[in-house]
Amino acid sequence: MVAASKMRRTQDRMNEARPYAHRIRDVIAHLANANPEYKHVFMQTRAIKRVGYIVVTSDKGQCGGLNANLLRTLVRQMQEQQTNGIEVDLSLVGKKAAAFFRSVGGNVVAAINEVGETPELETLLGGVKVMLDAFEEGQIDRLDILSNEFVNTITQSPTFSQLLPLEPSDGDSKGRTWDYLYEPDARELVEGLVRRYVESQVYQAVVENGACEQAARMIAMKNATENAATVIDELNLIYNNARQAAITQEIAEIVGGAAAV
Amino acid sequence: MGELGILPNHTPLLTGIAPGPVRLQFEDGEDDVFFASGGFLEIQPGVVTVLADTALHADDIDEAAAQGAKEQAQRDIAEHAADFDYSRAMSQLAEATARERTLAELRKRRR
Repeated sequence: MVAASKMRRTQDRMNEARPYAHRIRDVIAHLANANPEYKHVFMQTRAIKRVGYIVVTSDKGQCGGLNANLLRTLVRQMQEQQTNGIEVDLSLVGKKAAAFFRSVGGNVVAAINEVGETPELETLLGGVKVMLDAFEEGQIDRLDILSNEFVNTITQSPTFSQLLPLEPSDGDSKGRTWDYLYEPDARELVEGLVRRYVESQVYQAVVENGACEQAARMIAMKNATENAATVIDELNLIYNNARQAAITQEIAEIVGGAAAV
Repeated sequence: MGELGILPNHTPLLTGIAPGPVRLQFEDGEDDVFFASGGFLEIQPGVVTVLADTALHADDIDEAAAQGAKEQAQRDIAEHAADFDYSRAMSQLAEATARERTLAELRKRRR
């Protein structure tokens, strides 16, 4: 029941953060479709030699296969990159990812722990900034985020989404040649907006992962309770069998004894 | 940049948001006032997106708190307290003043 109320709260938080995350994604899609005279580094596609992943996991365990599934997806992706000669930088959110890469090894450039049940944007900024700066300086050529997508209470699926460089999207703003008026300065605005965009997407992913965690934990605990109930039933049956056998034997002995007298 | 009025089919524009009132006018002639501070404003011909860092319905502004914050900021600037951060005090003053302007806008509309 505790898990159920926690789950509801984390889901509310996820839904509250959604409109902003979606709107800023729309704006960014428009921006990527524009034909600006000034093309910011964040909008330039380069040959990929090194990618950055922001990996979102939970701090606590006991939530079924949530983190294991996500990390398995990540490792598979990393092996694929390795065979293509692409290197990987990691920025980790949550203790589970940190613990995993401490034992496995990997190029971890940032790790954030103790995000808590009410994530604050401030705690995430460090891990995001490292990656943004790395992209701007050309150390990484693509930035992806990997987190659990909340499909419903029973299903959570690990999902990659590309943050940088900005990808043009379909829609009204595509195909025409147009550009914004920028007030005051294009560079400053695009830089600020893209940074805000990445931050908001990471925040959204963390909040969504929190909702996934609570849902997965509730299901895991429910399964554990049901399994325990089954075990109790079985043990009860064995106990009763043994008890009955003992009683039967005792009666048989008494009857046998009486007959002998 | 100062005040900005946006009508349908405005040319695409991208700009930052300074603290101040945002008045929305709906098709049926109704309107509504918000306070917004920080963030970005994007205009496409058919849609305007306000990505504000702080947004508040004008009804929800605490007038006494806004007044108090303004006076506090003014005092800080005048007195130059020991751990004084000028730009921070100025931005607080701008924010408090903008809240009051939003309330003034709301009252004007009610009249």
